[in-house]
Amino acid sequence: MSANSPVSSPAALRNMQEFMEGIWERNPVFVMVLGMCPTMAVTVSAMNSISMGLATTFVLAASCWLVSVMRHMIPKEVRIATYIVIIATFVTVVEYAIQAISLEMSEALGAYIELIVANCLVLGRAEAHAAKNPPMPAMLNATGMGLGFTVGLTMIGGVREILGNGTLLGISLFGPNFQPWVVMVLPPGGFFVMGSWLLLFAIYRARKDRNNAALAAQGASHGA
Amino acid sequence: MSTETLAAPQVTPTATLLRVLGIVSAVCGLIIVGSYEITLPAANANRRIALERAVFKVVPTAKSIVEYYALPAGGIEQAKGGGEAPASVAKFYAAYDDAGKLTGIAAEAGAKGYADIVRIMFGYDTACQCITGIGVVSMKETPGIGDKILIDKDFQANFKALDVKLTDDLSALVNEVKTVKHGTKTNPWQIDAIAGATVTSRAVGKGINDAAQFLLPKLAPNLEKLKVKS
Repeated sequence: MSANSPVSSPAALRNMQEFMEGIWERNPVFVMVLGMCPTMAVTVSAMNSISMGLATTFVLAASCWLVSVMRHMIPKEVRIATYIVIIATFVTVVEYAIQAISLEMSEALGAYIELIVANCLVLGRAEAHAAKNPPMPAMLNATGMGLGFTVGLTMIGGVREILGNGTLLGISLFGPNFQPWVVMVLPPGGFFVMGSWLLLFAIYRARKDRNNAALAAQGASHGA
Repeated sequence: MSTETLAAPQVTPTATLLRVLGIVSAVCGLIIVGSYEITLPAANANRRIALERAVFKVVPTAKSIVEYYALPAGGIEQAKGGGEAPASVAKFYAAYDDAGKLTGIAAEAGAKGYADIVRIMFGYDTACQCITGIGVVSMKETPGIGDKILIDKDFQANFKALDVKLTDDLSALVNEVKTVKHGTKTNPWQIDAIAGATVTSRAVGKGINDAAQFLLPKLAPNLEKLKVKS
């Protein structure tokens, strides 16, 4: 970032943090482990993962914005019902939009588009964040979470497509002699790949914690 | 301590609850109806293109299609635009070439496969009374096993001229279409199964047989009506 980027003002910095929270620090797939149903079901190819991720991002951003706009108006007794109606509305909009854009994509994702209504990530964000924050940060945070979800899905879907089909985004990588590892595009493959990514991140985090602890200990001994 | 701190927690009046729910539903309803109206023409165009592509795949000489219903009591009628077909009729597509002459019939068939219903589209040649090609409309068969029905050359060769001749009184097929074990096909009405994907192969055979037994007896007496594009 250059010195005169908008991030230098405190409000912009806060917005930036809201946006980045879901992409790395609290990634919905790998850190919060939310919305596992579509994560396991549609990540058979990178393209499916990207479409599913973007559809969820739109639903998240739009419903969190509307929930946030209406947050002073909605009595707490009926808040869950209201949130679900709002979420279901935007899911329906996304469903129609996908049918209009590509029928093949709509068939590939099948019922999982409708099931975004029941994605705990969306309701969770509406309840935990959008209901307590003004529209701008709520929408930024939701968009970040959605993009983090998309990145997570694509990391799983990409690996599954490469190993299970020998292609990435439909482009053949290994030529005609590649013997696909079919189990990777079947349901168990989803668990293998998800588990492997979680393992990698856990190793990374453990290393980082150990380094931090070592640094802290060093600092303490120097201070003594 | 004053009595005020013991007051009951704030209760939202019923009228407010109803009003909020009413407003939210109305707003959401407007959004849904609006987006439906906006996307409908594009979605319908997509469906039309997908259907034409599926028919052209099994009747390669076709340039345009007309949708018809075969009625359960016999006879056929042209489908009216829009809307779902009634459950009792069989939908089929008359395919025409550039000059508007009938070049083939396409229809959908479906039967239970390994994972779910295997839905296919088949092309029917009225001259040889045989099936000249199949394509998959939708299936959830195991990748690498069941979906070989699409790419296996030997299996596809079954549908170069699969015999579905009708008896002289046009009431049923002379020979039932049947899927046989890999390598044992001897007659033109048999389908040679893919070794290792027998269940899916059988679903294709059963689907074609069921659809042909229902559709062809109603279609055959009315072929004249279809000869030229209406």
